[in-house]
Amino acid sequence: MSLENFTVMRHELLLTLAFLVILLTEVFTGEEKKERVRILAVIIFAIVTVVGFLPLPEGSIFGDMFRATRTTSLMKNILNIGTLIVFIQSYSWLGRAENRDRIHEYFMLLMTTLIGMNFMISAGHFLMFYIGIELATIPLAALAAYERFRNRSAEAGIKLILSSALSSGILLFGLSMIYGTTGSLYFSEVAAAVRDMPLVILGFIFFFSGMAFKMSLVPFHLWTADVYEGAPVNVASYLSVISKGAAAFIFIIILFTVFPIIIATWEKTIWVIAVLTITIGNLFALRQKNMKRFLAFSSIAQAGFFLLGFIGGNQLGMTTVIYYALVYIFSNLAAFGVVSVIAEKTGRESMDDYDGLYRTNPGLSIAMMLAMFSLAGIPPVAGFFGKFFLFVAAAEKGYYVLVTIAVLNTIIALYYYLLVVKAMFINRNEAPIEPFKSDSMSKLGLAICLAGIIVTGFASSIFEMIRNLSYGI
Amino acid sequence: MSILTWLVIIPLLTITGILFVKDARQAKIVSAFGMGIQLIVSAVIVYSYVALRNAGVTDEMVMISSYEWFRSLNIYYTVGVDGISVAMIALTSVVVFAGIFASWEMDDLRKEFFISLILLATGVFGFFISLDLFTMFLFYELAVIPMYILIGIWGSGPKEYAAMKLTLMLMGGSALLMVGLFGIYFNSAPDGGELTFNIIEISKITIPIEAQRWFFPFTFVGFGVLGALFPLHTWSPDGHSSAPTAVSMLHAGVLMKLGGYGAFRVAMFLMPEAANEMAWIFIILTTISVVYGAFGAIVQKDLKYINAYSSVSHCGMVLFAVLMMNRTAMTGAVIQMISHGLMTALFFALIGMIYGRTHTRMINEMGGLMKVIPFLGVAYVIAGLASLGLPGLSGFVAEMNIFFGAFEHPDTFRRVATIIAVSSIVITAVYILRVIAILLLGSIRDHHFDLLDDAKWYEKLSIVSLLAGIIYIGMAPLHLSDIIRESVMPIVDKLL
Repeated sequence: MSLENFTVMRHELLLTLAFLVILLTEVFTGEEKKERVRILAVIIFAIVTVVGFLPLPEGSIFGDMFRATRTTSLMKNILNIGTLIVFIQSYSWLGRAENRDRIHEYFMLLMTTLIGMNFMISAGHFLMFYIGIELATIPLAALAAYERFRNRSAEAGIKLILSSALSSGILLFGLSMIYGTTGSLYFSEVAAAVRDMPLVILGFIFFFSGMAFKMSLVPFHLWTADVYEGAPVNVASYLSVISKGAAAFIFIIILFTVFPIIIATWEKTIWVIAVLTITIGNLFALRQKNMKRFLAFSSIAQAGFFLLGFIGGNQLGMTTVIYYALVYIFSNLAAFGVVSVIAEKTGRESMDDYDGLYRTNPGLSIAMMLAMFSLAGIPPVAGFFGKFFLFVAAAEKGYYVLVTIAVLNTIIALYYYLLVVKAMFINRNEAPIEPFKSDSMSKLGLAICLAGIIVTGFASSIFEMIRNLSYGI
Repeated sequence: MSILTWLVIIPLLTITGILFVKDARQAKIVSAFGMGIQLIVSAVIVYSYVALRNAGVTDEMVMISSYEWFRSLNIYYTVGVDGISVAMIALTSVVVFAGIFASWEMDDLRKEFFISLILLATGVFGFFISLDLFTMFLFYELAVIPMYILIGIWGSGPKEYAAMKLTLMLMGGSALLMVGLFGIYFNSAPDGGELTFNIIEISKITIPIEAQRWFFPFTFVGFGVLGALFPLHTWSPDGHSSAPTAVSMLHAGVLMKLGGYGAFRVAMFLMPEAANEMAWIFIILTTISVVYGAFGAIVQKDLKYINAYSSVSHCGMVLFAVLMMNRTAMTGAVIQMISHGLMTALFFALIGMIYGRTHTRMINEMGGLMKVIPFLGVAYVIAGLASLGLPGLSGFVAEMNIFFGAFEHPDTFRRVATIIAVSSIVITAVYILRVIAILLLGSIRDHHFDLLDDAKWYEKLSIVSLLAGIIYIGMAPLHLSDIIRESVMPIVDKLL
């Protein structure tokens, strides 16, 4: 193995390097300069993100346990973009006095989870995949409990670690069955040995359940709302987009490359889970008053929409899943960004507090409105294109009933997204949120999201680029 | 770039302009200026369309231009017009222009009002010029969503309820429509080859009949919701009565026509066999719309509700005529769309102006207004006469064509339906004349009304531009029907 081989791990290595730089500055900066780490981390991460886009040699190392293709590289880049936005959005929150001694930890933990996700996506072996998933999950629990002086934050951390330990257990149990029947954990060998027999199906169902936990699909979604509500806003936003996106990416890769033989089974499973997830996520979101819980349930419903791209096993399906993940990152981060700014400045996060927001803070309201429209799939913003193409992908395989259920659900979803718009634009309020100026980093974060929301839809070249890197069964 | 694309670009430029102006007064000047240019561009398009036809061009669609968009899904931005869409474009630009002037005296968030209004107009213009189902659908949704904000913020009465109901019902319609479009798309190449969203391409092939049976109802009902198809019309009375003046004008005048236009341009044109098979169901429903809407209007006391129910009746007549599937009735349907568009916009403008003066819309609280505001009163009478189909005004031409064409059918079912639908003319006369008698004639009910001012210059401009259309179509119907008749043929030919 020569040094060149390591360049296929460029994303992971760069992140590790960035991680070490942050660690070293932690050691060598004095107490009073610790705040500057924030800007350093953002800059380093921006560089990592940009470098990620340079052309990359494809290949595999560690005896095919780690595989890098242009597709995985694209997925990692998308996650990088999202994480960069989260970093930018966390900037002012980290400046608080109580967080000052733990700024390094925040960045290091986030980068660690991202490294885990990258390994997970690039895995060519179930063991590597499992290590990646654990590396991605455990630091997240620490992050959820980041504001440890708040009971709810600590509670969120415990809930996350317990439920993900359970889901990992289920996942491993499923993998052990698959190993028992196929005699291997290599993706390629498992794919060749998988047969349509009961034990494999059972193993697959356990594996599926484990992944469903990570993607918070119904009925494995119960941890989501509590964790999002308790965790700091920026961690919740990271959980809802990056963590979920990474899980969706590796899930679709495994379904398409490892389990194509039993597609008949998993299509039925996904059909049922998709309907449940979209419907139940929507129905619960209807009555939420806390913005974070609201976004949590909306993100459960959104995860259900991802499944529409899974179901056909076609190239278009994978394209739309990746595309929708990109759109979803921009839209959801914009929504969380606004919630974060308002929570940061005023400490208010109930939907009623947003009444009359437009009259005091028009810029934030417009940003929120565009984010809501994008999540609801209203043109001309990118969410419309994302949803439309997801539906096309499912319809291509003839799943018209599923598509019909899904589009009718978008109407329910539209109702609660419009409730937010209504609060901001239509409702009157005796004591609205005071006008305030957001700091430049929050503005930058929102600006990136909004640019993404608008450009990703109209620029068809992004879609075509993703299409060229996607594959079907 | 085709001149048609300017119909989308000018409104967008206007919106950008409004964003940069300082105060509300400049905002309305910019809007009026932009929509004035839009009106001129529309006139140029009508003129060049007629010139093309006179020069002997016989293509189904003219002024086509096409840009590749999402290549792998074969989605294009394709625009082009035929006589029907040209007529609709002309209607839209007149109504938007009048709408801007009807909302000259807005208070509260005026910049935002004009931006939303013009955004809505952008969607409508885009819809009428699109030849690609994807772009068409995009513009369709773009036209619906600003309604929520427009009614929610600037509306009156139970505006939040009405706005939500309207938006959800219309988006529900578009959800059904979306499924229908997928069905069309995935069956657009039954013999292999590339799938397409292009309407002209799809019209050349025959979608398998099994697929048509599935997807025709989705598409037709999807558009039908916007065209106030019974029993999915309930958003219309609430929505129209709560909306601010210009929005009611635009919505009843133009947006509801998207439903009728889409129903025959997409649903029936592309899936003619299923349309023939299932027409009877929808003929029953639209007949109910026509008669029920008219009866609904009789019992209402609120001016806007009266007009909203009358819109249900008249838009039902559009769908009714479309389903009759012959040249005369189809031509009548398009004329009815134009005529009703102008007429109902005029009604809503006048109601808004009267309400602005009397602060009530209840007809039994008003009376004798003709004496104090004669200009508005006379305009109201003319609009009313057009609505009940008086010869010399546009309504007569439309209804004449529709019922004449509908009765051409030899089968009893359609003739009976026609006879029932015709009765709506009488009912219309009842509610229109009743309103005129109570509202305008008689003695002045309230002495406060003695002090009312008649229309201001901008109100007159708004009214006159709509009135001119109504009278012009009534006096010289051939100008309009000549433009339409040829373009109706390809659709009718496919249906027979």
